[in-house]
Amino acid sequence: MSAAIHIPPTEAILACQGLSKHFGGIRAFTDVDFQARRGEVTAVIGDNGAGKSTLIRCLVGVHQPDGGAIHFDGRPHPFANPDGARKAGIETVHQNLALIDELTVAQNLFLNREIVRRIGPFALLDRKAMKTQARAMLSKLSINVPSVGQRVRRLSGGQRQAISICRAAGSGAKLVVMDEPTAALGVQETANVEALIRRLREQGVSVILISHNFDQVRRLSDQIWVMRAGKMVATVRSAETTGNELVALVTGAA
Amino acid sequence: MEESRSSLAALLLDPSFWADWASVVGLVGLIILFGVTSPVFLSVANLQALLLAAAILVVLSIGQTFVVATSGIDLSLAASVMLGAVILGLIHAAGLGIFAACVAAVAATSAIGLLNGVLITTGRIPDFVVTLGTLSGITGLGLIISGGEPTMVGSTFLLKLASGKFGPFGYPVWVAIAAVIIAHIALYHTRFGVHLLATGGQAESAAALGIRTNRVKIAAYTISGFCAGIAAILLVARIGSAEPQINTSLLLNSVAAVVLGGVSLFGGRASILGPAIGALMLTALVNGLTLLSVSAFYQPLAVGVIVVLAALIMRYQK
Repeated sequence: MSAAIHIPPTEAILACQGLSKHFGGIRAFTDVDFQARRGEVTAVIGDNGAGKSTLIRCLVGVHQPDGGAIHFDGRPHPFANPDGARKAGIETVHQNLALIDELTVAQNLFLNREIVRRIGPFALLDRKAMKTQARAMLSKLSINVPSVGQRVRRLSGGQRQAISICRAAGSGAKLVVMDEPTAALGVQETANVEALIRRLREQGVSVILISHNFDQVRRLSDQIWVMRAGKMVATVRSAETTGNELVALVTGAA
Repeated sequence: MEESRSSLAALLLDPSFWADWASVVGLVGLIILFGVTSPVFLSVANLQALLLAAAILVVLSIGQTFVVATSGIDLSLAASVMLGAVILGLIHAAGLGIFAACVAAVAATSAIGLLNGVLITTGRIPDFVVTLGTLSGITGLGLIISGGEPTMVGSTFLLKLASGKFGPFGYPVWVAIAAVIIAHIALYHTRFGVHLLATGGQAESAAALGIRTNRVKIAAYTISGFCAGIAAILLVARIGSAEPQINTSLLLNSVAAVVLGGVSLFGGRASILGPAIGALMLTALVNGLTLLSVSAFYQPLAVGVIVVLAALIMRYQK
């Protein structure tokens, strides 16, 4: 159960070695090895302040690591910003979802990736094509919303989460990173989002999931990585672990 | 039949219907009110005069709409019109030709808008403070370069622009119509329009998706300045001279028209037709009150009451 397991490079969609990040004198994490297998759901768990969110932010280009290497899809990839990570194929579902309330579902799904028709020197939005494709994206993941022309403001928390995940997955992303996707949701809506994450995996999308919920992590993920006090302390196959073992790993009681 | 009647009733009972259509409802209400009380109001001549008088305000309201859609406000709008007019007058008086004068006026007001946008975004100063500052600054600049004196602008081009007609409408009305169409396409049918609304709605989320929100805001203020320049040309054409005097009611009415038009002052939600109709409504109000021989002193009061009422109704927007 050492942290230094080795996945052949061809199997890892994302891998990092010896990654460190500090803010001034405060160490967020040091010497972290981490890998996410292609086509799997990889969970990162840990107590508050263990360094999970900062690690993820380094992986998707929000922060720059101070040391270590990141490989994505077999190539070394230092992402200077989230846009670079997006272009390479890493999509993030932000904790605040990054939805625009006053825009419609379709407009949100295609925000900053709008489909346009060129008419002479002008580029006009192809709203029909975006609506049609939006419907296709939603139905591919069996997401129910009343209409793609609906303003996002009028959707429930679970629907909003689903739209945000759909946007991340719909752009042909190779890896979708989710930070606490069900933190603010009720029981039924949590179940819906979990089902959505399973469908993503069935379609071959790799997922990295940060969560506090050990039961959820065991239900959803294939591999679990445990952080404690800025270190990656353990990794286990989800099928081979128990809730008690995870608690022990997270708290350091093991 | 029965069903359509009940759905119509439901529509009329729904406050959000009135909120979305406040400017149209207001305009129709005023037309009925003044049509009944003043026989002249609905005459073709008066309606043409009304549209002509509304043209400048329509153009300015469009500029203000772009800024308000980003959850900002442009208080320097009317002052920009004045400076544009003064620059137009002085360049024309210097003998550089009317086209050069018009281009210079629009370039100057667009530059003011650009400056507003840069100060607000990269300078990180609140929009209110920046545009209040430029309002005062360009008021002074206009007085300095004009020496406080009006400049006569005797140009056949401007005379034709002001008094010429094509079809049923005068040229200024056509300029306003063109502005409405172009702005509507920009807002609803371009990426820029979506990014503008996204920036105004949730700037942080928009930025997280790679939208360059500062650029979008700067563009909005520059469009506002550009509209001020067009309005300056129409104004000089209308009165035949360039006066270093600010028409403050133009600024207030541009904001009023935007509110009446259902544009959210918190940003993210906008239309072009709404504010344009709002501008028509405010002009109709002044026109009708004048026809009824109501003292001009009551006009600002009436505008104020209507704007606050409109803002109240807007709370019911869905």
